[in-house]
Amino acid sequence: MNYSTAEIWLIIAALAVGTFLIRFSFLGLIGNRPMPPIVLQLLRFTPVAVLPGMVAPLVLWPAATGGEPDLVRLLAAAATLGVGLWTRHVLMGMIGGAVTLYAGLGITALL
Amino acid sequence: MTTSTANAPAKNAFWAGFRDGIPFILVVIPFSTLFGVVATDAGLTLAQAMGFTVLVIAGAAQFAALQMMVENAALPLVLLAALAVNLRMAMYSASLAPYLGAAPLWQRALVAYLNFDQTYLTSIARYEARPEMSVRDRVVYFLGVATPITPFWYVMTVVGIYAGAIIPDAWALDFILPIAFLAMVAPMLKSIAHVAAAAVSIIVALLLIGLPSGTGLLIAALAAMVTGAAVETWMERRQ
Repeated sequence: MNYSTAEIWLIIAALAVGTFLIRFSFLGLIGNRPMPPIVLQLLRFTPVAVLPGMVAPLVLWPAATGGEPDLVRLLAAAATLGVGLWTRHVLMGMIGGAVTLYAGLGITALL
Repeated sequence: MTTSTANAPAKNAFWAGFRDGIPFILVVIPFSTLFGVVATDAGLTLAQAMGFTVLVIAGAAQFAALQMMVENAALPLVLLAALAVNLRMAMYSASLAPYLGAAPLWQRALVAYLNFDQTYLTSIARYEARPEMSVRDRVVYFLGVATPITPFWYVMTVVGIYAGAIIPDAWALDFILPIAFLAMVAPMLKSIAHVAAAAVSIIVALLLIGLPSGTGLLIAALAAMVTGAAVETWMERRQ
């Protein structure tokens, strides 16, 4: 890395301001004004529209294995989703996934 | 209404949020530690690494910026790459607006600073499940979720800077993040429309994986939102 100290701080400051403005955008500008029903309907799908696309590459091609699909990680992802769907509880899903991940890694290490 | 009864729900909302935020400490610890490790390897000072963690407070974007900096990319490209990763948060902001738009400006600014994946997703799930919540309770709940998470986010970067080299790869800390995101999304798949949106999000994101960071996800998310709304409307008309 060959940036000057000033350049590095410029990057940090610009990212701090830019990220805040992105997060503040609609909350700040729209405020209490009513939005059209179609927009509200679209926005209700925001979490399920963003997260699956964000996670899918991380599950299929984990950086830790150099981008190679990994059976243990695939099983842990499936267990998280399965337990989460079944119990409808975030913490239960996390526990299910973590237990599967570490059990799988442990068994792989022993084999 | 007396002051005491008006305060009670807000207090409850804070502790409800606090409790719901606690599990994400487990997610933030490895993620933030890892940033400390990578930032030190890249040559950032303690102050600079902490500048990222405290001022930018967006893990994925921080990693994207570092990656570009290690490659000595031009400044505008570093900024573009990192901010593109954060563009999904504009959608979070829009999605929170109907629930929090009536709050005072400074409260909305505070929520905006703390509006990251875990706080947003936990809060929006609560707001949808309890439409009767007051605007004040919603803000307080959001801050409650952020309270246990944020200090760990700050502190663990420092730990990563000093102790990072001794954490074994075998702990597979990298995979805690995907597990947390999947655990958050699973309970939200409550209708065929939601499942359809999730499926389109995955398919389009994987197809567009070659695009610059964040861009493919943004297109995938927009396509998924339209799909979800369309399927929902179609299902309602069938009934």
